[in-house]
Amino acid sequence: MSKVEPLVIIGSGPAGYTAAIYAARAQLSPILLEGSVTAGGALMNTTEVENFPGFQKGIMGPALMEEMRAQAEKFGTRFITDDAVKVDLKGDVKTIQDGSGNTYQAKAVILATGSGYKKIGLAKEETLSGRGVSYCATCDGFFFKEQTIAVVGGGDSALEEATFLTRFASKVYLIHRRNELRASRIMQQRAQNDPKIEFVWNSQVIDILGEDKVSGVKIKDTVTGEEKNLSLTGLFVAIGHEPRSELLKGQINLDENGYVQTTPASTKTNIDGVFACGDLVDHVYRQAITAAGTGCQAALDAERFLALHGIFSA
Amino acid sequence: MATLILTDATFETEIKNATTPILVDFWAEWCGPCKMIAPILEQVAAENVGKIVIAKLNVDENPKTAQALGITSIPTMNIYQNGEIVKTIVGAKPKPALLADLAAFL
Repeated sequence: MSKVEPLVIIGSGPAGYTAAIYAARAQLSPILLEGSVTAGGALMNTTEVENFPGFQKGIMGPALMEEMRAQAEKFGTRFITDDAVKVDLKGDVKTIQDGSGNTYQAKAVILATGSGYKKIGLAKEETLSGRGVSYCATCDGFFFKEQTIAVVGGGDSALEEATFLTRFASKVYLIHRRNELRASRIMQQRAQNDPKIEFVWNSQVIDILGEDKVSGVKIKDTVTGEEKNLSLTGLFVAIGHEPRSELLKGQINLDENGYVQTTPASTKTNIDGVFACGDLVDHVYRQAITAAGTGCQAALDAERFLALHGIFSA
Repeated sequence: MATLILTDATFETEIKNATTPILVDFWAEWCGPCKMIAPILEQVAAENVGKIVIAKLNVDENPKTAQALGITSIPTMNIYQNGEIVKTIVGAKPKPALLADLAAFL
């Protein structure tokens, strides 16, 4: 059995990396399980981040994550490029098992596993995944040169994807179930001024057409109930995210949507020594900067907890 | 490197001549999840020599093969046996999940 560490952080992205920077500077020598295929989190699949303070010229999402990771490493974070597959968070010593079968023990744990993309929930979505249905515009835009495609969603990620996809596609429908967008004004204006983007308001995708590959979608007007088909070869789903909290069920208090519940104005969960931050908790703001902010809070909360229990560093 | 690099020119021949199942990872430099799965595929290749060949095809440099196969998402991993596709895996996944998908071939 491994020795008992002061702190293990599960999950990377702005929340996990910021928690690691603070915890490492507090000489807690944290172990960070950054994820085997999700390291860096949601920003790894984005393009330019224009609203992260300190980068007036913008910075690419993956580059920002690389910077944060390097900063956490510089102060002594120990990275494990694997997933937590099993956790036992109760009691004074928490245990975490990774995908390779290694076990870690810690006095405190910070949960920062973020969120994954939400699916529409149509049967054809699964069978046509990789056959025209995609969840990653930066990965797959290339395959739709001079084609007509659609993005489903109305938030910043949907508009960013639609705008990005106009580099390749000849036409991009933006299908949204309401008649107004959640996205920031600047993203809306950019999309609305783009001649390749056509908004399809008050519409819900109710079926994906095509057998071996996507040939269109059936949409339903959410106001009139009228149904019609749109011909297209690609469907990019950007309808939002859901927290990655599967692992925590039955151990930590979650809300009805699966977000970890924390004590107001702190990152404390209902279990002593377990803290949570980032998109795993936040269903309101969901920004890189707010995730980083709560990551900082989680590290400070963990540090205080460990100090109260007489543990300072490894 | 334990993986085999394929191109549009060599793809057909390598698939046909493979004496074991061959997994072809369709990838590109700009694709984040492709970079994440790459080291996992390297490990699977090194740990299963003689059972399965792990090959990679860069779709940016070799667009013809990907286009002919109708690939629209990367990473896509096709597994071939006797020249035929027997399984398709779309998207990066952790090693235990990938090994579970490959169990029949290992």
